[in-house]
Amino acid sequence: MEPILEVKNLKTRFYTRDGVVKAVNGISYAVNRGEVTAIVGESGSGKSVGVLSALRLIPEPPGKIESGQALLEGVDLLKLPKEALRKKRGNTIAMIFQDPMTSLNPVLTIGRQMTEGVLAHKDVGRQAARQRSIEILSLVGIGNPESRLKNFPFQFSGGMRQRVMIAMGLACSPKVLIADEPTTALDVTIQAQIVALMKKIQREMGMGVIWITHDLGIVAGFSKDVIVMYGGYIVEKAPVELLFGNPLHPYTVGLLSSLPRLDTKSHVRLKSIQGAPPDMINLPAGCPFTERCPQKMSQCAEVNPVLTQKEPEHEVACLKYC
Amino acid sequence: MAENKDLIVVENLKKHFRTGSGFFKKRKAIYAVNGLNFTIRRKETLGLVGESGCGKSTTGETILQLYRPTEGKVLYGEQDLSKIGGGELRKYRRKMQIIFQDPFSSLDPRMTVGNIIGEALRIHKLGGNKKERLEKARELLNLVNLNPNYINRYPHEFSGGQRQRIGIARALAVTPEFIVCDEPISALDVSIQAQIVNLLEDLQNELGLTYLFIAHDLSMVRHISTRVAVMYLGKIVELTPRDDLYENAQHPYTKALLSAVPIPDPFIAKKSQAVLLKGDVANPMNPPKGCCFNTRCPQAETICTEIEPEYREIYPSHYCACHLVSA
Repeated sequence: MEPILEVKNLKTRFYTRDGVVKAVNGISYAVNRGEVTAIVGESGSGKSVGVLSALRLIPEPPGKIESGQALLEGVDLLKLPKEALRKKRGNTIAMIFQDPMTSLNPVLTIGRQMTEGVLAHKDVGRQAARQRSIEILSLVGIGNPESRLKNFPFQFSGGMRQRVMIAMGLACSPKVLIADEPTTALDVTIQAQIVALMKKIQREMGMGVIWITHDLGIVAGFSKDVIVMYGGYIVEKAPVELLFGNPLHPYTVGLLSSLPRLDTKSHVRLKSIQGAPPDMINLPAGCPFTERCPQKMSQCAEVNPVLTQKEPEHEVACLKYC
Repeated sequence: MAENKDLIVVENLKKHFRTGSGFFKKRKAIYAVNGLNFTIRRKETLGLVGESGCGKSTTGETILQLYRPTEGKVLYGEQDLSKIGGGELRKYRRKMQIIFQDPFSSLDPRMTVGNIIGEALRIHKLGGNKKERLEKARELLNLVNLNPNYINRYPHEFSGGQRQRIGIARALAVTPEFIVCDEPISALDVSIQAQIVNLLEDLQNELGLTYLFIAHDLSMVRHISTRVAVMYLGKIVELTPRDDLYENAQHPYTKALLSAVPIPDPFIAKKSQAVLLKGDVANPMNPPKGCCFNTRCPQAETICTEIEPEYREIYPSHYCACHLVSA
């Protein structure tokens, strides 16, 4: 399977008044054509900054991409001139943001916002762009799309707005779609609708999808590969069945056993991970998880493990396995 | 059921909010809580789940009399709280506390942790002088597993999980019997949620607390609760013991809600088919006629759009409001 997007050794820092935030510390991964890759992590683990950097969407300053490559069909997005990059964004690679309340412009109609991308990227007239918007709105399950184009964002509910966001992302039929916690702000019944919709569209259009989330439940049902991030590093990478069936990194193990399951019968005490995520300004010298790790060894505080292949397709960054 | 087992009895509780009027707009009512009947037993955890806007937080706040009910009764022991006010109500306020959802906005950024925790003691005249109050605050920090030397720090110096512990310490300061936990973990990271839930469980066992645990995360609610109530559009549609909820859910809404919860196991998740509900929750300003769920219910029949189903006991201690469910 050939990768459509390949990120290599990406490193992003933010230079703030309080110090240097080491948000992303050299991550590498690949997304294959027509497959869903999930990136899981807690807030501040660098999962969003990682993909935003690949699209050069982080504010510079204070942010700075220190090194790395983001190859979209072999072209390095980090080296492209602004104009050429703009031709890719929203066209070949599109993004859906977390919060549908703030990422739509409140004073423009949905129609105006939807056609904007199509007009910018495709060589079509206003009428054709409108037609495309209607098509794609009905694809995401918005009833009566023709008249809905005249509506403003406030006239839609949260779930509907997220559908509009997805429609905007899909309008130019991108090859890679990045979804940054697209269901976090939604209720579970609406979340189930959106996940089902994304599954269907992903299959039909054959896109590569990066799904950023902290919800391991969604990951289990949707993705093919999973990347687990902690403290700006990738700590584990595996196909979904392997990651859930045989998690290797102590953080992944802890995360999975701290979840209550709806289908367990008896009341068992949850196994929690002690402590709190690390301060990204003062990251420890060794493994970022050392302080909270129940299996830490003496060298963990000094040596930062690199991501190594433990089993076919299963990579982990932990000294236990090196 | 013996009368003295119930700590709180809610009877036909209603809370309606009136919307602001405009020049051309008529005042309307939002039927946030629309006729609830349930009890909370001593030392149990009653879980309250539902989607945003269904009235679960309003229910908690109306029980505490932070909102005065539009109609109905809230009995605390023998006393109807909706009938009393002022100093008399304050006596009960000491017994009932709340832990808020957002640990970032619910702590005053300009007060030290010691003062935040001590404030309730001062108001209820429980803590003695300032020095004794701070000593009590140290004890409470210890109780929630925080370093007692933190009393002079300010909220911004703490992480989300630590702040939530401070919020819990503040609620415990006045030695309450009953605590409303209003989505206490939804703003926290996954690895921190289990810590806070375990802490709440430990405190309950140690201090004999009674919880109303409000959340939208069904798996966490099922984990912590003794019984679970499912709310939809200002009404309780089903109330069951925790194990019945998963194994024997009756109301179509509960079933849909359960199937919508993603299971963190790829082998099960890829096979399971969620019951997808159409559309969104109806507008609480204009609730549908008949059953509140009929606009989204996959099984709705004619009767559902005309007559409101009765909320009744279908099995022992399993309540449900649905025409299509028979005892």
